[in-house]
Amino acid sequence: MRSTMRAELRFTLNGAAVETMVRPQARLLDVLRDTLGATGTKEGCGEGECGACTVLVDGRAVASCLFPALEAEGKTVLTVEGLRNASGELSVVQRAFVDKGGTQCGFCTPGMVMATTALLQENPSPSDDEIRAGLVGNLCRCTGYVQIVDAVKQAAELAAKERP
Amino acid sequence: MLRLDPFKVERPTTVDEAVALLAAHGAKARVLAGGTDLLPNLKHGLHQPELVVSIGGVAGLRGVKDAGEVLEIGALTTLAELERHPLLAQFAPGLARAAAQVAGPQLRRMGTIGGNLCLDTRCLYYNQSAFWREALGYCLKKDGSVCHVVADGKKCVAAASNDTATMLMALGAEVELRARDGTRRVPLDAFYLPDGAKNTVVDEGELLVCVRVPKGSPARREGYAKLRHRNSIDFPLLSVAVALDVEGVAPGTVTGGLLVVSALQARPLRVSLDAVRGRALDDGAIEELGRLAHGRCHPMTNIADDPAWRRDMVPVLVRRAVADALHA
Repeated sequence: MRSTMRAELRFTLNGAAVETMVRPQARLLDVLRDTLGATGTKEGCGEGECGACTVLVDGRAVASCLFPALEAEGKTVLTVEGLRNASGELSVVQRAFVDKGGTQCGFCTPGMVMATTALLQENPSPSDDEIRAGLVGNLCRCTGYVQIVDAVKQAAELAAKERP
Repeated sequence: MLRLDPFKVERPTTVDEAVALLAAHGAKARVLAGGTDLLPNLKHGLHQPELVVSIGGVAGLRGVKDAGEVLEIGALTTLAELERHPLLAQFAPGLARAAAQVAGPQLRRMGTIGGNLCLDTRCLYYNQSAFWREALGYCLKKDGSVCHVVADGKKCVAAASNDTATMLMALGAEVELRARDGTRRVPLDAFYLPDGAKNTVVDEGELLVCVRVPKGSPARREGYAKLRHRNSIDFPLLSVAVALDVEGVAPGTVTGGLLVVSALQARPLRVSLDAVRGRALDDGAIEELGRLAHGRCHPMTNIADDPAWRRDMVPVLVRRAVADALHA
Protein backbone atom coordinates (compact mmCIF):
# COMPACT_ATOMS: atom_id res chain seq x y z
CA MET A 1 0.00 0.00 0.00
CA ARG A 2 2.44 2.60 1.20
CA SER A 3 4.94 2.00 -1.55
CA THR A 4 2.32 2.74 -4.20
CA MET A 5 1.43 6.06 -2.60
CA ARG A 6 1.92 8.99 -4.96
CA ALA A 7 1.81 12.73 -4.48
CA GLU A 8 1.38 15.43 -7.08
CA LEU A 9 4.36 17.65 -7.90
CA ARG A 10 4.41 20.74 -10.11
CA PHE A 11 7.52 22.76 -10.83
CA THR A 12 9.38 24.46 -13.65
CA LEU A 13 12.24 22.48 -15.13
CA ASN A 14 14.59 24.28 -17.51
CA GLY A 15 11.88 26.74 -18.42
CA ALA A 16 9.09 24.22 -18.99
CA ALA A 17 6.21 23.48 -16.65
CA VAL A 18 6.33 19.93 -15.27
CA GLU A 19 3.45 18.10 -13.64
CA THR A 20 4.04 14.61 -12.36
CA MET A 21 3.21 12.11 -9.64
CA VAL A 22 6.02 11.14 -7.27
CA ARG A 23 6.57 8.85 -4.33
CA PRO A 24 6.57 11.03 -1.17
CA GLN A 25 10.08 9.88 -0.29
CA ALA A 26 11.49 10.60 -3.77
CA ARG A 27 14.37 13.01 -4.01
CA LEU A 28 14.58 15.70 -6.66
CA LEU A 29 17.44 13.71 -8.22
CA ASP A 30 15.20 10.62 -8.55
CA VAL A 31 12.46 12.61 -10.24
CA LEU A 32 14.89 14.29 -12.63
CA ARG A 33 16.65 11.09 -13.66
CA ASP A 34 14.09 8.32 -13.31
CA THR A 35 10.76 10.05 -13.89
CA LEU A 36 11.69 12.82 -16.29
CA GLY A 37 14.68 11.19 -17.99
CA ALA A 38 16.95 14.17 -17.37
CA THR A 39 20.02 12.06 -16.72
CA GLY A 40 22.59 14.85 -17.08
CA THR A 41 22.49 15.27 -13.32
CA LYS A 42 24.56 12.50 -11.69
CA GLU A 43 24.36 10.71 -8.38
CA GLY A 44 27.81 10.38 -6.83
CA CYS A 45 27.95 9.82 -3.11
CA GLY A 46 24.22 10.24 -2.45
CA GLU A 47 25.08 11.93 0.85
CA GLY A 48 25.56 15.54 -0.17
CA GLU A 49 29.34 15.41 -0.05
CA CYS A 50 30.48 15.24 -3.66
CA GLY A 51 28.37 17.80 -5.54
CA ALA A 52 27.87 15.65 -8.67
CA CYS A 53 24.10 16.09 -8.28
CA THR A 54 24.22 19.91 -8.02
CA VAL A 55 21.24 21.67 -9.61
CA LEU A 56 19.89 25.19 -9.22
CA VAL A 57 16.61 25.57 -7.32
CA ASP A 58 15.31 29.13 -7.57
CA GLY A 59 18.85 30.10 -8.58
CA ARG A 60 20.61 28.51 -5.61
CA ALA A 61 22.99 25.57 -6.15
CA VAL A 62 21.83 22.67 -3.99
CA ALA A 63 22.50 18.93 -3.71
CA SER A 64 19.56 17.26 -5.46
CA CYS A 65 20.44 13.91 -3.82
CA LEU A 66 19.31 15.29 -0.44
CA PHE A 67 16.57 17.57 -1.78
CA PRO A 68 13.14 16.00 -1.22
CA ALA A 69 11.26 16.21 -4.52
CA LEU A 70 8.10 17.55 -2.88
CA GLU A 71 10.11 20.54 -1.64
CA ALA A 72 10.49 21.60 -5.30
CA GLU A 73 6.73 22.28 -5.49
CA GLY A 74 6.20 25.60 -7.27
CA LYS A 75 9.93 26.22 -7.64
CA THR A 76 12.17 26.73 -10.65
CA VAL A 77 14.80 24.07 -11.27
CA LEU A 78 17.72 24.41 -13.67
CA THR A 79 19.82 21.39 -14.64
CA VAL A 80 22.72 20.98 -17.04
CA GLU A 81 20.20 20.18 -19.82
CA GLY A 82 18.81 23.70 -19.46
CA LEU A 83 22.04 25.61 -19.99
CA ARG A 84 22.04 25.76 -23.81
CA ASN A 85 20.45 28.89 -25.19
CA ALA A 86 17.42 28.94 -27.53
CA SER A 87 19.58 28.35 -30.60
CA GLY A 88 21.20 25.33 -29.02
CA GLU A 89 24.58 26.86 -28.22
CA LEU A 90 26.42 25.79 -25.09
CA SER A 91 26.56 28.31 -22.24
CA VAL A 92 29.79 30.21 -21.61
CA VAL A 93 30.49 27.95 -18.63
CA GLN A 94 30.05 24.81 -20.72
CA ARG A 95 32.24 26.22 -23.53
CA ALA A 96 34.97 27.19 -21.05
CA PHE A 97 35.00 23.69 -19.52
CA VAL A 98 35.39 22.23 -23.02
CA ASP A 99 38.08 24.73 -24.06
CA LYS A 100 40.16 24.35 -20.92
CA GLY A 101 39.70 20.60 -20.63
CA GLY A 102 38.17 21.09 -17.19
CA THR A 103 36.93 17.54 -17.35
CA GLN A 104 38.37 14.05 -17.49
CA CYS A 105 35.96 11.20 -16.89
CA GLY A 106 33.15 13.74 -16.88
CA PHE A 107 31.09 12.37 -14.02
CA CYS A 108 31.55 15.42 -11.78
CA THR A 109 31.26 17.84 -14.70
CA PRO A 110 27.49 18.55 -14.67
CA GLY A 111 27.76 19.40 -10.96
CA MET A 112 30.88 21.53 -11.51
CA VAL A 113 29.19 23.36 -14.37
CA MET A 114 26.03 24.04 -12.33
CA ALA A 115 27.99 25.17 -9.26
CA THR A 116 30.07 27.44 -11.52
CA THR A 117 26.93 28.84 -13.15
CA ALA A 118 25.57 29.76 -9.71
CA LEU A 119 28.93 31.11 -8.56
CA LEU A 120 29.25 33.45 -11.54
CA GLN A 121 25.70 34.69 -11.06
CA GLU A 122 26.59 35.70 -7.49
CA ASN A 123 30.09 36.90 -8.28
CA PRO A 124 30.78 37.63 -11.98
CA SER A 125 34.55 38.04 -11.56
CA PRO A 126 35.76 35.78 -8.76
CA SER A 127 39.41 35.58 -7.65
CA ASP A 128 41.19 32.20 -7.62
CA ASP A 129 40.42 31.87 -3.90
CA GLU A 130 36.78 32.74 -4.45
CA ILE A 131 36.56 30.17 -7.24
CA ARG A 132 38.01 27.48 -5.00
CA ALA A 133 35.74 28.51 -2.11
CA GLY A 134 32.75 28.46 -4.45
CA LEU A 135 33.54 24.94 -5.65
CA VAL A 136 34.61 23.29 -2.38
CA GLY A 137 31.36 21.34 -2.38
CA ASN A 138 32.25 19.65 -5.69
CA LEU A 139 34.73 16.81 -5.74
CA CYS A 140 36.61 15.60 -8.83
CA ARG A 141 38.44 12.31 -8.36
CA CYS A 142 40.39 12.54 -11.64
CA THR A 143 42.26 15.84 -11.62
CA GLY A 144 44.02 18.35 -9.48
CA TYR A 145 41.32 20.96 -10.16
CA VAL A 146 43.76 23.25 -11.98
CA GLN A 147 41.97 23.08 -15.32
CA ILE A 148 38.62 23.36 -13.59
CA VAL A 149 39.68 26.64 -11.96
CA ASP A 150 41.10 27.77 -15.34
CA ALA A 151 37.74 26.97 -16.94
CA VAL A 152 35.86 29.05 -14.36
CA LYS A 153 38.23 31.98 -14.98
CA GLN A 154 37.73 31.70 -18.71
CA ALA A 155 33.97 31.47 -18.27
CA ALA A 156 34.02 34.69 -16.23
CA GLU A 157 36.06 36.43 -18.96
CA LEU A 158 33.81 35.13 -21.75
CA ALA A 159 30.70 36.20 -19.88
CA ALA A 160 32.13 39.68 -19.33
CA LYS A 161 32.84 40.01 -23.08
CA GLU A 162 29.43 38.75 -24.13
CA ARG A 163 27.53 40.87 -21.64
CA PRO A 164 25.56 43.55 -23.52
CA MET B 1 23.05 2.57 -3.88
CA LEU B 2 21.13 3.18 -0.67
CA ARG B 3 17.45 3.91 -1.07
CA LEU B 4 14.87 5.61 1.11
CA ASP B 5 12.12 3.52 2.64
CA PRO B 6 8.60 4.82 2.06
CA PHE B 7 7.11 7.44 4.35
CA LYS B 8 4.24 9.89 4.20
CA VAL B 9 4.89 13.62 3.98
CA GLU B 10 2.86 16.46 5.45
CA ARG B 11 3.70 20.07 4.62
CA PRO B 12 2.14 22.34 7.24
CA THR B 13 2.16 26.09 6.66
CA THR B 14 1.92 27.28 10.28
CA VAL B 15 3.75 26.40 13.48
CA ASP B 16 0.43 25.39 15.07
CA GLU B 17 -0.25 22.89 12.29
CA ALA B 18 3.31 21.56 12.52
CA VAL B 19 3.23 20.94 16.28
CA ALA B 20 -0.27 19.43 16.02
CA LEU B 21 1.09 16.90 13.50
CA LEU B 22 4.11 16.19 15.71
CA ALA B 23 1.88 15.73 18.75
CA ALA B 24 -0.47 13.40 16.89
CA HIS B 25 2.29 11.15 15.52
CA GLY B 26 4.82 11.23 18.37
CA ALA B 27 7.82 8.99 17.84
CA LYS B 28 6.53 7.96 14.40
CA ALA B 29 7.17 11.45 13.01
CA ARG B 30 10.41 13.23 12.08
CA VAL B 31 10.88 16.89 11.27
CA LEU B 32 12.33 17.79 7.87
CA ALA B 33 13.88 21.24 7.40
CA GLY B 34 16.89 21.34 5.04
CA GLY B 35 17.09 17.54 4.95
CA THR B 36 20.88 17.43 4.91
CA ASP B 37 21.09 15.42 8.14
CA LEU B 38 17.77 13.60 7.97
CA LEU B 39 18.06 12.14 4.47
CA PRO B 40 21.46 10.42 4.85
CA ASN B 41 20.30 9.09 8.20
CA LEU B 42 17.08 7.75 6.69
CA LYS B 43 19.10 6.04 3.96
CA HIS B 44 21.17 4.36 6.64
CA GLY B 45 18.01 3.14 8.34
CA LEU B 46 18.80 5.15 11.47
CA HIS B 47 15.21 6.35 11.73
CA GLN B 48 12.07 4.73 10.32
CA PRO B 49 9.42 7.46 10.40
CA GLU B 50 5.91 6.81 9.13
CA LEU B 51 5.46 10.52 8.70
CA VAL B 52 7.91 13.24 7.72
CA VAL B 53 6.71 16.70 8.74
CA SER B 54 8.26 19.10 6.26
CA ILE B 55 8.43 22.54 7.85
CA GLY B 56 10.06 24.34 4.91
CA GLY B 57 6.78 26.08 4.07
CA VAL B 58 6.00 27.21 7.62
CA ALA B 59 5.67 30.97 7.70
CA GLY B 60 7.58 33.11 10.15
CA LEU B 61 10.50 30.77 10.89
CA ARG B 62 13.01 32.37 8.54
CA GLY B 63 15.26 35.36 9.08
CA VAL B 64 17.25 37.26 11.69
CA LYS B 65 15.61 39.95 13.78
CA ASP B 66 17.09 42.56 16.08
CA ALA B 67 15.06 42.17 19.27
CA GLY B 68 16.87 44.62 21.51
CA GLU B 69 19.18 42.70 23.83
CA VAL B 70 19.22 39.64 21.61
CA LEU B 71 19.19 38.57 17.98
CA GLU B 72 16.28 36.27 17.20
CA ILE B 73 17.17 33.77 14.51
CA GLY B 74 14.31 31.81 12.98
CA ALA B 75 14.92 28.06 12.94
CA LEU B 76 14.62 27.86 9.15
CA THR B 77 17.28 30.48 8.49
CA THR B 78 19.88 28.73 6.36
CA LEU B 79 23.52 28.49 7.34
CA ALA B 80 24.39 30.31 4.09
CA GLU B 81 22.16 33.22 5.14
CA LEU B 82 23.87 33.38 8.55
CA GLU B 83 27.32 33.40 6.94
CA ARG B 84 26.62 36.77 5.33
CA HIS B 85 23.98 38.34 7.51
CA PRO B 86 24.75 41.98 8.39
CA LEU B 87 23.20 41.64 11.88
CA LEU B 88 25.50 38.71 12.62
CA ALA B 89 28.50 40.55 11.26
CA GLN B 90 27.71 43.30 13.75
CA PHE B 91 26.49 41.41 16.82
CA ALA B 92 27.58 37.76 16.56
CA PRO B 93 30.43 37.47 14.05
CA GLY B 94 31.66 34.21 15.58
CA LEU B 95 28.38 32.54 14.71
CA ALA B 96 28.69 33.68 11.09
CA ARG B 97 32.18 32.18 10.92
CA ALA B 98 31.10 28.91 12.57
CA ALA B 99 28.14 28.64 10.17
CA ALA B 100 30.52 29.20 7.25
CA GLN B 101 32.49 26.10 8.28
CA VAL B 102 29.58 23.66 8.17
CA ALA B 103 29.77 21.17 5.26
CA GLY B 104 30.04 22.73 1.79
CA PRO B 105 28.21 25.56 0.01
CA GLN B 106 25.39 23.41 -1.43
CA LEU B 107 24.53 21.98 1.98
CA ARG B 108 24.77 25.37 3.71
CA ARG B 109 22.17 26.70 1.28
CA MET B 110 19.86 23.83 2.31
CA GLY B 111 20.79 23.29 5.96
CA THR B 112 19.19 25.44 8.65
CA ILE B 113 20.29 26.73 12.03
CA GLY B 114 17.50 24.74 13.73
CA GLY B 115 18.64 21.63 11.91
CA ASN B 116 22.27 22.15 12.83
CA LEU B 117 21.37 22.57 16.53
CA CYS B 118 19.27 19.38 16.36
CA LEU B 119 21.90 17.47 14.32
CA ASP B 120 21.92 13.82 15.31
CA THR B 121 25.05 12.79 17.21
CA ARG B 122 27.62 10.95 15.13
CA CYS B 123 29.73 7.84 15.64
CA LEU B 124 31.84 5.52 13.49
CA TYR B 125 29.57 2.67 14.54
CA TYR B 126 26.31 4.55 13.91
CA ASN B 127 26.64 6.52 10.67
CA GLN B 128 26.83 3.39 8.56
CA SER B 129 24.43 1.44 6.39
CA ALA B 130 22.02 -0.99 8.02
CA PHE B 131 24.00 -3.83 6.41
CA TRP B 132 27.27 -2.60 7.95
CA ARG B 133 25.72 -2.12 11.38
CA GLU B 134 24.04 -5.50 11.33
CA ALA B 135 27.39 -7.19 10.70
CA LEU B 136 28.61 -5.83 14.05
CA GLY B 137 25.42 -6.69 15.89
CA TYR B 138 24.32 -3.04 15.86
CA CYS B 139 25.20 -0.67 18.72
CA LEU B 140 23.93 1.02 21.86
CA LYS B 141 22.55 4.03 20.00
CA LYS B 142 20.50 2.06 17.52
CA ASP B 143 19.04 -1.46 17.52
CA GLY B 144 21.76 -3.04 19.71
CA SER B 145 22.94 -3.35 23.29
CA VAL B 146 26.71 -3.11 22.93
CA CYS B 147 28.89 -0.01 22.66
CA HIS B 148 31.81 -0.55 20.28
CA VAL B 149 33.61 2.56 21.53
CA VAL B 150 33.64 1.98 25.29
CA ALA B 151 33.99 -1.62 26.52
CA ASP B 152 30.95 -2.41 28.70
CA GLY B 153 29.69 1.13 28.05
CA LYS B 154 26.14 1.66 29.21
CA LYS B 155 25.68 5.15 27.83
CA CYS B 156 26.02 6.16 24.19
CA VAL B 157 29.05 8.39 23.54
CA ALA B 158 28.22 9.44 19.96
CA ALA B 159 29.61 12.91 19.37
CA ALA B 160 27.88 16.27 19.04
CA SER B 161 29.17 17.37 15.62
CA ASN B 162 27.37 20.67 15.06
CA ASP B 163 29.63 23.67 14.53
CA THR B 164 27.02 26.28 15.44
CA ALA B 165 26.15 24.61 18.75
CA THR B 166 29.70 25.04 20.06
CA MET B 167 29.69 28.73 19.19
CA LEU B 168 26.15 29.41 20.38
CA MET B 169 26.85 27.75 23.72
CA ALA B 170 29.91 29.99 24.17
CA LEU B 171 27.70 32.99 23.37
CA GLY B 172 25.13 32.01 26.00
CA ALA B 173 22.31 31.55 23.48
CA GLU B 174 18.95 29.97 24.21
CA VAL B 175 16.43 28.20 22.01
CA GLU B 176 12.67 28.46 21.91
CA LEU B 177 10.73 25.20 21.75
CA ARG B 178 7.09 25.19 20.75
CA ALA B 179 4.59 22.47 21.57
CA ARG B 180 0.80 22.30 21.28
CA ASP B 181 0.40 23.36 24.90
CA GLY B 182 2.94 26.16 25.04
CA THR B 183 6.40 27.54 24.49
CA ARG B 184 9.54 27.15 26.57
CA ARG B 185 12.94 28.76 26.38
CA VAL B 186 15.96 26.63 27.16
CA PRO B 187 19.57 27.87 27.45
CA LEU B 188 21.80 25.79 25.15
CA ASP B 189 23.72 24.66 28.19
CA ALA B 190 20.56 22.92 29.43
CA PHE B 191 19.47 21.93 25.91
CA TYR B 192 22.16 19.29 25.39
CA LEU B 193 22.20 16.07 27.41
CA PRO B 194 25.18 13.78 28.03
CA ASP B 195 23.54 10.86 26.21
CA GLY B 196 24.46 10.22 22.59
CA ALA B 197 21.27 8.25 22.00
CA LYS B 198 19.24 11.41 22.61
CA ASN B 199 21.36 14.45 23.27
CA THR B 200 18.74 17.20 23.40
CA VAL B 201 15.78 17.94 25.67
CA VAL B 202 13.42 18.27 22.69
CA ASP B 203 10.36 16.17 23.55
CA GLU B 204 8.08 14.39 21.14
CA GLY B 205 5.66 16.97 19.81
CA GLU B 206 8.10 19.84 20.27
CA LEU B 207 9.59 21.99 17.53
CA LEU B 208 12.62 24.27 17.80
CA VAL B 209 11.36 27.55 16.35
CA CYS B 210 13.95 30.16 17.21
CA VAL B 211 17.43 30.80 18.61
CA ARG B 212 18.06 33.85 20.79
CA VAL B 213 21.63 35.10 20.82
CA PRO B 214 22.69 37.80 23.29
CA LYS B 215 24.23 40.66 21.34
CA GLY B 216 27.92 41.10 21.96
CA SER B 217 29.20 44.04 23.94
CA PRO B 218 32.02 46.06 22.39
CA ALA B 219 34.32 44.07 24.69
CA ARG B 220 33.24 40.66 23.39
CA ARG B 221 35.52 38.86 20.96
CA GLU B 222 34.29 35.67 19.30
CA GLY B 223 36.39 32.96 17.78
CA TYR B 224 35.89 29.54 16.27
CA ALA B 225 38.32 26.81 15.25
CA LYS B 226 37.52 23.47 13.65
CA LEU B 227 39.77 20.46 13.14
CA ARG B 228 39.13 18.41 10.00
CA HIS B 229 41.02 16.78 7.15
CA ARG B 230 39.61 18.84 4.31
CA ASN B 231 38.83 22.53 4.48
CA SER B 232 35.22 21.83 3.60
CA ILE B 233 32.51 19.18 3.81
CA ASP B 234 33.91 17.30 6.83
CA PHE B 235 32.28 17.19 10.23
CA PRO B 236 34.57 18.43 13.02
CA LEU B 237 37.16 16.12 14.55
CA LEU B 238 37.35 18.80 17.23
CA SER B 239 35.42 22.02 17.57
CA VAL B 240 36.46 24.95 19.77
CA ALA B 241 34.52 28.17 20.29
CA VAL B 242 35.45 31.06 22.52
CA ALA B 243 33.62 34.17 23.64
CA LEU B 244 36.10 36.48 25.34
CA ASP B 245 35.36 39.74 27.06
CA VAL B 246 38.58 41.70 26.73
CA GLU B 247 38.98 45.24 27.98
CA GLY B 248 41.76 47.79 27.82
CA VAL B 249 44.74 48.24 25.56
CA ALA B 250 46.06 45.17 23.68
CA PRO B 251 46.60 42.46 24.72
CA GLY B 252 43.81 43.57 27.08
CA THR B 253 42.43 42.15 30.30
CA VAL B 254 40.03 39.20 30.35
CA THR B 255 36.85 40.19 32.19
CA GLY B 256 34.60 37.29 31.27
CA GLY B 257 33.57 34.79 28.66
CA LEU B 258 33.46 31.08 28.04
CA LEU B 259 35.35 28.41 26.12
CA VAL B 260 33.44 25.46 24.66
CA VAL B 261 34.92 22.30 23.13
CA SER B 262 32.86 19.82 21.12
CA ALA B 263 33.06 16.76 18.86
CA LEU B 264 34.09 14.82 21.97
CA GLN B 265 30.94 13.16 23.29
CA ALA B 266 27.22 13.85 23.24
CA ARG B 267 27.40 17.23 24.92
CA PRO B 268 29.63 20.20 24.13
CA LEU B 269 32.02 20.75 27.05
CA ARG B 270 32.25 24.09 28.84
CA VAL B 271 35.64 25.26 30.07
CA SER B 272 35.48 28.19 32.48
CA LEU B 273 37.71 31.20 31.89
CA ASP B 274 37.99 31.85 35.65
CA ALA B 275 41.68 30.92 35.64
CA VAL B 276 42.51 33.85 33.39
CA ARG B 277 39.88 36.33 34.56
CA GLY B 278 41.47 39.64 35.51
CA ARG B 279 44.69 38.69 33.74
CA ALA B 280 46.23 40.09 30.61
CA LEU B 281 45.37 37.98 27.55
CA ASP B 282 49.00 37.34 26.67
CA ASP B 283 50.67 34.19 25.33
CA GLY B 284 50.96 32.80 28.87
CA ALA B 285 47.22 33.16 29.51
CA ILE B 286 46.35 31.58 26.15
CA GLU B 287 48.70 28.68 26.87
CA GLU B 288 47.09 28.19 30.26
CA LEU B 289 43.65 28.06 28.65
CA GLY B 290 44.96 25.43 26.26
CA ARG B 291 46.34 23.38 29.17
CA LEU B 292 43.07 23.64 31.08
CA ALA B 293 41.05 22.51 28.07
CA HIS B 294 43.51 19.69 27.35
CA GLY B 295 43.05 18.43 30.91
CA ARG B 296 39.28 18.33 30.52
CA CYS B 297 39.03 16.85 27.01
CA HIS B 298 39.15 13.12 26.37
CA PRO B 299 38.52 12.36 22.68
CA MET B 300 37.37 8.79 22.01
CA THR B 301 37.31 6.38 19.10
CA ASN B 302 33.70 7.42 18.41
CA ILE B 303 34.73 9.53 15.42
CA ALA B 304 37.51 9.26 12.87
CA ASP B 305 41.17 9.60 13.69
CA ASP B 306 43.52 8.87 16.52
CA PRO B 307 42.05 10.15 19.83
CA ALA B 308 45.54 10.85 21.19
CA TRP B 309 46.26 13.15 18.25
CA ARG B 310 42.87 14.83 18.62
CA ARG B 311 43.64 15.42 22.30
CA ASP B 312 47.06 16.85 21.47
CA MET B 313 45.31 19.20 19.09
CA VAL B 314 43.05 20.66 21.82
CA PRO B 315 45.56 23.36 22.92
CA VAL B 316 46.35 24.09 19.26
CA LEU B 317 42.69 24.63 18.49
CA VAL B 318 42.25 26.77 21.60
CA ARG B 319 45.10 28.96 20.35
CA ARG B 320 43.51 29.15 16.89
CA ALA B 321 40.10 30.02 18.32
CA VAL B 322 41.56 32.80 20.47
CA ALA B 323 43.54 34.10 17.48
CA ASP B 324 40.35 34.02 15.41
CA ALA B 325 38.62 36.02 18.15
CA LEU B 326 41.36 38.62 18.41
CA HIS B 327 42.32 39.07 14.78
CA ALA B 328 39.21 38.37 12.74
